[in-house]
Amino acid sequence: MRVAERRPLPLRIRTDGIAPIVALLTVLLILIAFVQPDFLAPSSLMSFLGRSAPIILLAAGQYFVIVCGEFDLSVGSLVTAQVVVAARLIDSDPSRTWPVVVLLLAGGALVGLVNGLVTTVLRVPSFITTLGMFLILVGAVYLWSDGAPKGGLSEEFRRFGRRAIEDVPLLGRIPYALLVLVVVAAIAVVLTRSDFGRTLVAVGDNPRTAELSGVRVVRTKTIAFMLSGLAAAVAAILLGGYSGVSFQAGVGLEFGAITAVVLGGVALGGGRGSVVGAMLGALTLETLFALMNFAGVSGALRSTVQGVIILLAVAVSSLRSSSSR
Amino acid sequence: MTALSLRPARHAVPGVFVALALTLVIGWLVVLLDGGQLFNQSTTVSLLHVAAGLGLVAVGQTLVILGGSLDLSVAFVISLSTLVAAEAMNGSDGAMLPAIGLALAISAAVGLLNGLLVTKARINAFIATLGVGLLLKGYLDNGYDGPAGESAPALVRTLGYQRVGPVPLSFVLLLAVTAAAWFALSRTRFGHHLVAVGGDPEVARLSGVRNDRVLITAHVLCSLCAGLAGVYLASRLGSGAPRVGTEGLYDLESIAAVVLGGTALAGGRGGVLGTVGGVLLLASIDAVFNQLEVDAFFKQVIRGVIIIAAVAVYARRAMRKAGS
Repeated sequence: MRVAERRPLPLRIRTDGIAPIVALLTVLLILIAFVQPDFLAPSSLMSFLGRSAPIILLAAGQYFVIVCGEFDLSVGSLVTAQVVVAARLIDSDPSRTWPVVVLLLAGGALVGLVNGLVTTVLRVPSFITTLGMFLILVGAVYLWSDGAPKGGLSEEFRRFGRRAIEDVPLLGRIPYALLVLVVVAAIAVVLTRSDFGRTLVAVGDNPRTAELSGVRVVRTKTIAFMLSGLAAAVAAILLGGYSGVSFQAGVGLEFGAITAVVLGGVALGGGRGSVVGAMLGALTLETLFALMNFAGVSGALRSTVQGVIILLAVAVSSLRSSSSR
Repeated sequence: MTALSLRPARHAVPGVFVALALTLVIGWLVVLLDGGQLFNQSTTVSLLHVAAGLGLVAVGQTLVILGGSLDLSVAFVISLSTLVAAEAMNGSDGAMLPAIGLALAISAAVGLLNGLLVTKARINAFIATLGVGLLLKGYLDNGYDGPAGESAPALVRTLGYQRVGPVPLSFVLLLAVTAAAWFALSRTRFGHHLVAVGGDPEVARLSGVRNDRVLITAHVLCSLCAGLAGVYLASRLGSGAPRVGTEGLYDLESIAAVVLGGTALAGGRGGVLGTVGGVLLLASIDAVFNQLEVDAFFKQVIRGVIIIAAVAVYARRAMRKAGS
């Protein structure tokens, strides 16, 4: 924000795109304040942000892919695969933590690279590419571990997802996950404002025009997929730490991330929306879950409420945008 | 772009049938070398049963995809339909037909909701049907922990297990539904309008097509097909199963089958015959791997690779055509 004010170039945050999601988030927070005032205490708020970090990261990664007009359905399975692979490779040996972290990041980028190249060079629709990748990753990880996760994560590895800097004045505690989130979010925002980010939106808006204007569409889209894969790797590291090793670690996260992105005002099909909106969308979704939890909505009904909110939010925004056109 | 679509529609054999033939021949040889037999009665029957379930869903999915839409809620519609059918029958033959009618009516209502959300509320089909799927998921998760209801014995005997030679009755049903969909697409106004809407909604609208009505119809038909698949599954399982649709990955697999069959994911090009080819291809791969006793997880890896590779081949051919 402050950076933006100092440089009055085209760096201002466009508030028009994210106003609805901020409003929705505010309403939810006000409701929570009535139902469960304790939730808004700094330390519990910080913990909540830390818990929400993985899905926010995935939403940021998904944003890059969606804004250039594609989908990434493979992120949920990628998270599962990464968590299971990490447990087996680390095998509870602390000295292997960092090499494995590096390996996971490289693996995420590699999966993104393959997704990107298949989509751009082989011209397979990304829905199919990443659906195929989803099947491949799930199958491969089960195959590799003979149907049950093996090994274990080291305490050093789990620290990122579950520990925090305690006794911080004012804030209470700062989860490491939140620090990771802030760093990644900053990188994401910088990226979207770089030439790359603008090119990406241009590609999503009209690939033909972008190509004719000299944009290397293949490279731009491939990088977007790699960013999504990297975000999934970071999310996997945090999730593995927070909730441990299981084949369920990443189930459904791809739809969660896509929903969050759309909720944040990013148009499916590309060309419109901001990464801040996408991340706020994810935070809003998590806040909604927290609110349902406090209000005593049974876990099973959660998806129904989620469905209603998504349909309403998207219907309202799409009707608004079509009437203002 | 418009010049292309003005050419008369080609009815060439989709490449999927070539792939299907190759798979069957190679699979037969490999299974033979392994000391087995691919085309004995029991494997053929189980192959056609697998194809019938997925096929019913995929034919419906073809309609919405042709119209440029998509349905991610089918898996939940299937589960819901098995439950409605089995609970309404409650093991009595007399209640069979009304129960099937009720299951189909409820499925159609879900389709209507999908269609209205996509057209009137202008929600992207991906999100609209995902949202409706979530609504149904909540209802199913909340109300059911396991199998419920009991299918009518008459239904189990007929649709579930009756065969004409090696061909299950359910596969005959699939062929009938496919024939009806083929007729609707190639011989009726609805079909032509649907393809036009999928090809270019704006051009279709300006040509006097009522886009909304056409798309809503397609969504209702798609959900009806999913509901029918649910009735079939209820006949196989003998009861309603709240998670049969999601565990079978019917949503994503049906879309994969449609695309394997040569229908463009963006809409406007393709047909139901190719879809049936795609379904048979997936079912044959399954059958071959089962005969070879390949690890189920390895099967899934291969499946993913084949889906991507097949679509890549289509894309190459399309590019070459566009270039020539």
